[in-house]
This record gives sequence, C-alpha cells and structure tokens, in this order.
Amino acid sequence: MRGRAHQYLGFGLVGLLLLVILTGFVWLPYDPLAIDLDNVLAPPSWAHWLGTDQFGRDVAARAMLGARISAFIALQTVALTVLAGLIVGLASGFLRGWTDRILMTFSDALLAFPGILLALSLIAVLGQSRHSIVIALSIAYLPSVVRVVRAAALSIREREYVEASRAAGDGPLYTVWRYVLPNALPPVLIIATSLFGWVVLSESALSFLGVGVPAPAPTWGNMLSSARPYMASASWLSIAPGLCIVATLLGINMLGDALRDRLDPRNAA
Amino acid sequence: MLTYIFKRLLLAIPTLFLVALAVFLLVRLIPGDPAQVMLGEGASPEAIASLRTELGLDEAVPVQFATWLGRSLGGDLGNSAITGEPVGALILSRFQLTAVVVLISVGLATLIAVTFGLLAAWRQNSRLDLAVLGMASFVLAVPSFWLGLVLLLVFGVMLQWLPVVGYVPFSEDALGAVLFLVLPIVTLTISETGVLTRMMRSSTIDVLRLDYVTHARAKGLSERTVLMRHVFPNAFAPTLTLVGLTLGRLFGGIAVIETVFTLPGLGRLMVDSVLARDYPVVQGCLLFTATLYVLVNLLVDILYPLFDPRVTVS
Repeated sequence: MRGRAHQYLGFGLVGLLLLVILTGFVWLPYDPLAIDLDNVLAPPSWAHWLGTDQFGRDVAARAMLGARISAFIALQTVALTVLAGLIVGLASGFLRGWTDRILMTFSDALLAFPGILLALSLIAVLGQSRHSIVIALSIAYLPSVVRVVRAAALSIREREYVEASRAAGDGPLYTVWRYVLPNALPPVLIIATSLFGWVVLSESALSFLGVGVPAPAPTWGNMLSSARPYMASASWLSIAPGLCIVATLLGINMLGDALRDRLDPRNAA
Repeated sequence: MLTYIFKRLLLAIPTLFLVALAVFLLVRLIPGDPAQVMLGEGASPEAIASLRTELGLDEAVPVQFATWLGRSLGGDLGNSAITGEPVGALILSRFQLTAVVVLISVGLATLIAVTFGLLAAWRQNSRLDLAVLGMASFVLAVPSFWLGLVLLLVFGVMLQWLPVVGYVPFSEDALGAVLFLVLPIVTLTISETGVLTRMMRSSTIDVLRLDYVTHARAKGLSERTVLMRHVFPNAFAPTLTLVGLTLGRLFGGIAVIETVFTLPGLGRLMVDSVLARDYPVVQGCLLFTATLYVLVNLLVDILYPLFDPRVTVS
C-alpha cells in the first residue's frame, strides 16, 4: 500500500547500518579513543571526514564504534524482553483466570512509570553500566511486549487446532509450544522490530542524560551530550551523531511498516 | 455513570498500591543500610540514627512500608538528602514548569495531528496524504533532544533570535520566560505530532469505511458536515486515549528536553537526583509521576464515553 520504494529505503538504511557495524570490526579510520591534543575541534576535512571532538578524537571512528555499541545493547535488550514477554504473555493469555489477572495488574503498574524514568531509577540502583541499561530497558519495555503476546494468545487459544490438540490429550505445555507459540510469532516479530527502534532511541536518550553507556566508550547519545558546550564553535559535533540516529530509526521503522503490511492479516485486503 | 466512575476508581487502587510498593522497594534493593544510602557517604552518625528512627528501620519491613505509605498519602515525601528541602514542595515547584510546557505542546500537537490526520485520511493516497504520512514517519525517527539541539543551533546560535542557555521564572520576567519556552514547546510539539497524526489518520480511515458515513453522504450532507459531525467524533476517540497516555508519559518524562534547553523542570530534577544519589527525591519523583500517569488515564477512561457514542456505560 505504501509502495515498494518505502520498503527498499528501509532495507537500504538497515543494510547500511549493518555494513558500518561490520566494517568497524575490521577497519576504523582512527582509534576512536585516541586523544590528539594537536587536533582539537578540527572541522570536517579529508583527514577527518566528520571532524574531531574536544579531545581530538575522530568523530567518524567514534560514530562507527557507537553504532556497534548501540546495536548490541538494542539486540540484547530485544532478546531479553521478547523472551520474558513470551513467557509472561503466553502464561497470561493461555491460562487466563487468576494468573492473568495478577500478571496484568503487575504489568499495568509497571506501565504507569514513564519508561525513561523507570530505566533511570533502575540504573541508579543497579549502577551505571551496559548491563544495567539492558536490564533497565528490558523491564521498562516488558509490559508492551506482554500485551501483544497476551492478545495473540487469547485469540489463538480459541482456535480449532488448539481445541483439537487438547482433545487429543496433549499437555498444556506441549499445546502452547507446538501450536500457540508458532502462531503468536508474527505479531511478536513486528513488535520486536519496533522495540529495536525504541531501545536505540532510549539508550541514546539515557546516554545523552549522562546515565547511559559510561565514557570514554562512544555512543551517539553521549557524543551529542558532550557536543552541547561546543554547539557554537563546533556545530558538526552536534550534527553527525544525530543524523546517525535518524537514519537508523528511519530504516527500522520502515522495515517495521513493511513487516506489518506483510504479516498483519488485517492489512490483507 | 457514577457507578462506572466508581468502578474505574476501584480498579486503579491495586495498580497504585503496586506502584507505591515498587517505589518503596526500589531503594531497599540497594545493598547496605537504607538510611546510610539515602543520606549518602558523608552523613554523620547522628543524622543516620535519626533517619533510622524516622523511617522506622528497626521495625518489620511491612510496618515500614505502611508507615511510609501513610506519610506519602498525607503529602509528606521526606526531605532531600542533599539540600534538606521537603521533597513534596520541591516536586511541586519544579512540576509547574514541566506542566506548562507539556500541556501547551500536547495541545498544539493534538490540534495539528487531528487536522492533518483527518484531511490525509479523507483524501487517502493523495499527494497531501503521502506528504503527511512522510512527515509523520520522519518525525518519528528524529529524537526529540536532537531536534531541540538543531533548532537551538539554527535559531539560537546562527540567527540569534532566541536565547540559548538559561531560564527566567515567569514571575520575574514574563517576556523573557516566554522567549525561553518557545523552542522547548516547538520541539516537543513537533516530536509528539508524529504518532498522534498516524493514529488519527488510521482511525479516520477505519471510520470512513463505515456504512453510516455512506448514509450521511447519501442524505446529501456536505462533506464538511460529514467530516465534522459524523466522522470526527468517532475517529477522535482512539487519538484521545493516546493523548492521555502521552500526557501521562510526558509529565514525568521530558528530562531530555529540559536538559537540552537547561530548564529546571521535574525531569531534570529526577536526573540530577539520580546522578547525586539523592534517593528520597528519586522516590518522590517516581511516586508522583506514576500516580499522575494512572490518574490522567483514569480521567481519559471516564471521559471516553462522552466522545465515543459506541461505548455505552454499563
């Protein structure tokens, strides 16, 4: 419905991100952490494509390493959240009754905390590290995934094949594993894609606030945060990392839309 | 109607209770003596001892929770571990600024989203629709703090139309305060328009397919009347829910925007107290924003039947 160009652009941007990350493993233009005080706040040039920061570190190299760090954090968070969301959501939607009511009350309470504030306070408790970000964001986004899985499970459990499986004497765990889980996967795949985008955004926001990935490791968020005082004298520091985030989110969102158009039965018409 | 409101209120109580429990347990999860944790490294033994008695730390944990909950319900959220200010007053004074920015921005964003969402859906697949959809998708991909930085770069640094750093309270210099608030409000409005427009557009498309719209058109009503009288109220209901969720989320969560524009709002208070390990303030902020979120959504649930005639109150 939204045309092929949209999908290709999505695939193209995500492919570009992957390419940048993979290239970063074998080649970076400079050492992203190497301080060069003779070359402080140098504007973009042939030697430094995106210029250098206040410590003379190469912005392009830092942005490439930042892509890797952000993508890894997002992947870990998505994996953890989807796994936990599947367990809770399937239990809630398939068993219904009291289990459902109790799990949903917890989920609603969790949903009442603004995601970024919840993550912030969990990081305050857990200490500032990459693992804390993964755990904090997983907890913050868990209710959204649970809702999707639960809704899917609620509708799938009424289908004939689930009834047939029960009638055939299959145990509930087997029925869920063999019939409910596979049929709940398309909506989960859609939310997992969106989740990846949300996590990239949240992680960059946390790093921007100074509670994300600890320095000196670069991420797009903490690059923007340290660029703030040099906005007038070195505007390139504020532009490049932001464009990286925008390109990544655009790609992921378009991919998500394409996936939704394909997998969501409501869009079949 | 009254029974409906009462039921909704009753349903919110377990949620609020769990919210309070989570906020209470959060600080208890930190290893070590909670009084020591709350007062920080440099606290004197006397101060720790007096906070221990105040918090009732020698009692059983459920008793401690009951005491704390009772006090919080009475509006006493304790004192800041760093400045000693009462947390409740601190939160309220910071919240005013956040609330002003959020209410104006979300109001403007809703207005823009409803107008363009409705028009785009009305002329689906037209050039206008594609432009609206494209803009909405683009806005969704732009982090609000970066948008803020870019606007600040253009209007503050390059054109020098607006101030870059700082804030004057409204009571001291009304015009100055407005100048400081223009960019944060514009940033937040743009950022929130994306999701709301997409929601309004898709629910309008759903409503336009319904038989009663065809009927209204067949009656010979003008397109304007069809859109405003028949399509808009039904299509707006899902967007209203989203507006409620957005308000609830933003009241506690514009920390990044407040950071970009150096505004002393609630979000910045929360971030600063996390960085300074001022746990009484962190606890107070969390409890306040989460309760507000539940209450705002409750209000939307109660208002919902007024907007969506299909939802009958029973």
